[in-house]
Amino acid sequence: MITPDALGYLPETPSQTAGPYVHIGLIPRQAGFDIFENNLGEAAFDPTAEGERIRIEGRILDGAGALVRDALVEIWQADASGRYPAQGMNDPSGRGWARTGTDFETGLWSFETIKPGRVPGRRGHGRMAPHINLWIVARGINTGLSTRLYFADEEAANAEDPVLGIVEQPERRRTLLARREVRDDRPCYVLDIRLQGEGETVFFDI
Amino acid sequence: MNPAHEFVARDRAQHPPAVTPIYKTSVLRGPHRPLISLQNSQSEVTGPAFGNSALGPLDNDLILNHAKTGEPIGERVIVHGRVLDGSARPVGGVLVEFWQANAGGRYRHRNDSYVAPIDPNFGGCGRTITDADGRYHFRTVKPGPYPYRNRVNDWRPAHIHFSVFGSGFAQRLITQMYFEGDPLIRHDSILATVPDGAARDRLVARLDLDASVPLDTLAYRWDIVLRGSRSTLFENRLQGN
Repeated sequence: MITPDALGYLPETPSQTAGPYVHIGLIPRQAGFDIFENNLGEAAFDPTAEGERIRIEGRILDGAGALVRDALVEIWQADASGRYPAQGMNDPSGRGWARTGTDFETGLWSFETIKPGRVPGRRGHGRMAPHINLWIVARGINTGLSTRLYFADEEAANAEDPVLGIVEQPERRRTLLARREVRDDRPCYVLDIRLQGEGETVFFDI
Repeated sequence: MNPAHEFVARDRAQHPPAVTPIYKTSVLRGPHRPLISLQNSQSEVTGPAFGNSALGPLDNDLILNHAKTGEPIGERVIVHGRVLDGSARPVGGVLVEFWQANAGGRYRHRNDSYVAPIDPNFGGCGRTITDADGRYHFRTVKPGPYPYRNRVNDWRPAHIHFSVFGSGFAQRLITQMYFEGDPLIRHDSILATVPDGAARDRLVARLDLDASVPLDTLAYRWDIVLRGSRSTLFENRLQGN
């Protein structure tokens, strides 16, 4: 049972791994069955949303360089004007949130979304570079991992981003930068996430 | 942005470390570098919101939401409780999702090959949205224990996986709930990843006879606590409480 501390605060419920079967609960179609009429998180924005349509994709690699093929990735992002839905998103055609699993064969995760705009920095100080917040859970991950995807081609904005700025080593900063490619005449930003070891992705305590 | 909505720092001592050798898969999947501490910006204090209209009427009834030729086999249970924040305030209107094995300990998942059979009438997942008092409830059959590849003879105690959203993406939480009195709890390698004994105990639901339905369904109660918002002395006013 939950005992408040001397000031009356309650301790947070401990995290536990999402396990190998996270798909059942959050993306049951990938587990192999259809149960809900409305599957949540299949698209961050609908096709009418304003902004540049992009694809983001990548792989997740463990400390031995092996593909993590049973992870779940959620994204949370601003719309093209840089607003999150909770603050009255201009565009009712999306919630800015989606989730997917890495593919059981290829290990790839991907989202079709729109490129977010710049969001004000903490307490309105400055502006952050366009970014997409990522949250990763899987078997073997005891507490969900928070990181961000930035766009490598936003050099000027990235240079003044306060969050990239607190990552001391420039080579670690690069673990957050997705490179732009073109696929079927459409922009695709690619970011591999390395859970551990050489080139380990920067994860945040948010 | 109103600083009152920033969250208190996550107390990492309540949570498992990233690498916990007793749970072997974490050894190659847990980051080695320290997390980089980030002060909350809009990216962390905002988060997706969900309405009841997004859900179906049977989404919180695992006894009926995949029933094909009859009801699933197993001990009928109600699981209920509240979602609170660190200041003991109810967190209403948030999405709670849950998934579990069937009564024999088998998941309806293409990657689960345990010998126990799939129950044709059990899907094993559901979801609900907390009411204004932070309350949630759902009906299911009690999941069975099952073996898994870790140590030579490791068995998971009966458990239900939970996914919870708060008001901000920084409150996002996935965890597991166990059942009071299960003798496998003290042998479980995954529960053992939580270093603090009192914290482990908070993952164990209590039998709640008063909430059971006589001659029909037993009940267990389990409360969930998300990170609280920070009280901030700001312009001479105490905000956040």
